[in-house]
Amino acid sequence: MSDIVIRAESLSKRYEIGERQNYLALRDVIARAMSAPARLFQARKPQSPNGDATHIWALKDVSFEIHQGEVVGIIGRNGAGKSTLLKILARITKPTTGYADVQGRMGTLLEVGTGFHGELTGRENVFLSGAILGMSKAEILRKFDEIVAFAEVEKFIDTPLKHYSTGMQMRLAFAVAAHLEPEILLVDEVLAVGDIQFQKKCLGKMGNVAKQGRTILFVSHNLQHAQAICRSGMLLHAGKVVRRAEISEVVRDYLAQSPYSGANQRVDNGVLAFEGISNRAQLGRVAPHDDLEFRLKFCSGKAPLDNLMIDFALHNDRNEFVVHSKSRLLDFRFSVPALQEFEIIYEVKSPRLAPGKYTLTVYVHDGREALLWVDNIDACVVNAKPHFGVPGLFDGVYSSLLPEFSIRAEVA
Amino acid sequence: MNLREVWAARELLYFFVWRDIKVRYKQTAIGAAWAVIQPFMTMVVFSLFFGKLAKMDSHGLPYPIFYYSALLPWMYFSGALQQATSVVVDQQHVITKVYFPRLVLPLAAVTSGLLDFAISFLVFVGMMAWFRIKPGPALLLFPFFLLLAVLTALGVGLWLSSLNAIYRDVRYVVPFLVQFWMFASPVAYPSSLVPEHWRWLYGLNPMAGVIEGFRWSLTGNGQPPTLLLAASSAAVLLLVIGGMFFFQRMEGTIADVV
Repeated sequence: MSDIVIRAESLSKRYEIGERQNYLALRDVIARAMSAPARLFQARKPQSPNGDATHIWALKDVSFEIHQGEVVGIIGRNGAGKSTLLKILARITKPTTGYADVQGRMGTLLEVGTGFHGELTGRENVFLSGAILGMSKAEILRKFDEIVAFAEVEKFIDTPLKHYSTGMQMRLAFAVAAHLEPEILLVDEVLAVGDIQFQKKCLGKMGNVAKQGRTILFVSHNLQHAQAICRSGMLLHAGKVVRRAEISEVVRDYLAQSPYSGANQRVDNGVLAFEGISNRAQLGRVAPHDDLEFRLKFCSGKAPLDNLMIDFALHNDRNEFVVHSKSRLLDFRFSVPALQEFEIIYEVKSPRLAPGKYTLTVYVHDGREALLWVDNIDACVVNAKPHFGVPGLFDGVYSSLLPEFSIRAEVA
Repeated sequence: MNLREVWAARELLYFFVWRDIKVRYKQTAIGAAWAVIQPFMTMVVFSLFFGKLAKMDSHGLPYPIFYYSALLPWMYFSGALQQATSVVVDQQHVITKVYFPRLVLPLAAVTSGLLDFAISFLVFVGMMAWFRIKPGPALLLFPFFLLLAVLTALGVGLWLSSLNAIYRDVRYVVPFLVQFWMFASPVAYPSSLVPEHWRWLYGLNPMAGVIEGFRWSLTGNGQPPTLLLAASSAAVLLLVIGGMFFFQRMEGTIADVV
């Protein structure tokens, strides 16, 4: 007697990309039919298996089984196919080939606030959103007070939603979603809402749902969240399942994939890509009084960039700020043409860092908006210098408030 | 064809209808009055120009009654059609995030129009009292004609809804379509205008059966429009069944193209 609740068999999903005519107009179809009537009835050409320039395979041949009560974390880079997989399992979109078999009532959280309407009051929206997510009216009535209390919006529950702050809307939306009690729950990165307090509450609620023995599929970029809630994991890469194992192993594989392991993309407008510290190997063992040089590789996107300023921050392993350097202080601005690989060289004179591991945060902006913000970049390891033959004697004593620094750009 | 699923989602259908109605009336000054003003003013204009001045045939009924009894289902139909056509595209933000039987959307669209219908119906009752017209036993068949009207709106709506999801300009064609359709239906004139041997063809327009049915059952005037009704019912059946199949075919890929 199997307790498999989800079985996927060779799921594939092809999307059309690129220069596709956005929406067809009936008049275009009629015009085309007039000029080439035979074409209306012609069979479509068979598609090449790897997709041509106009197609991508968001999922290719994905098969897996999920058991009752399993809490699975689905991780992968952007574009790996995680959301597509959830959409197929949730029956929002049909797979191009293959099928998925789901046993049991399913609830999906792909977005917070699905169905919310600004003109209706909070109370009305709770009912509407709850119904759309799949709760019955009786169920919503039963849980109503709990939902409102969880969202902390009791005073405003009868005000139209458009008067709520974004935070309140999100809290209410999440409160409704959190009280969904399906047998299978699909969650897509929706825990990234609200302040830290609220996030903790949401995680807690999600954890409770897991403890009740329900099956959860949890897509997240936040590896800490994933490891906190999930027991097993699935790693997706370019539309394929690359690893299906216990969550910490999957997380490890995922980090090993990234060019800058462990680094967090906080802001990424797609105009600039960070490709790693090219001289990281030399920074493996530095002494506290060494001059530090970080060579960071970037590549610009499809548009040239102008008036770029870059800020660096060095953090120790307690995530405390140690050195902060803004290119504005040096009056350093740079421009790059499109699709150009370049390096930014950040030198810090003798910062006298205490021994330990350090991470770098890079923040690139053009004076108006943030273009790229990556933190937790594995930067360097500072070794203790033995004093009077005793290593670690003066650990933690070294510090420097404003080391001299310089930033310059080098085109590859 | 998963009608069981649709039945299971009937509460959601209720919520969608409830939302449409609430939102429509929340911030309007005229609100419910609009449900009455439209058919009423049209009736006034028709009575004046087609009735009093052109002296068109009204089978002995006072002109206002003759026109309003037809405008009643017509206004419902035209409104429901507009709603149904655009509902899937308008609700794209929900469709791409949650699964529910998509059929609920056009169903909700044709259902929410019934409130406005009910309001303008009350006005009709008032008019009947004013003109001292008592309906006959045919009134018992009125619910059937109302159902036929709803099914017509649903049938056509399903086709238009699916088409609009694929070809975005369909919703702009609908007002024109409705205008044209009105003159092809016995709203401003009785169907007796159409020569006997063509009447079955005329009856393939489902609204012909609906309107003549409304007139007959509400006013007790004239003969039951059986031939027309037979043709109309057959047409509606085909429209609804065909529409459901077409809609279901479109359903699978709707989240990708919407």
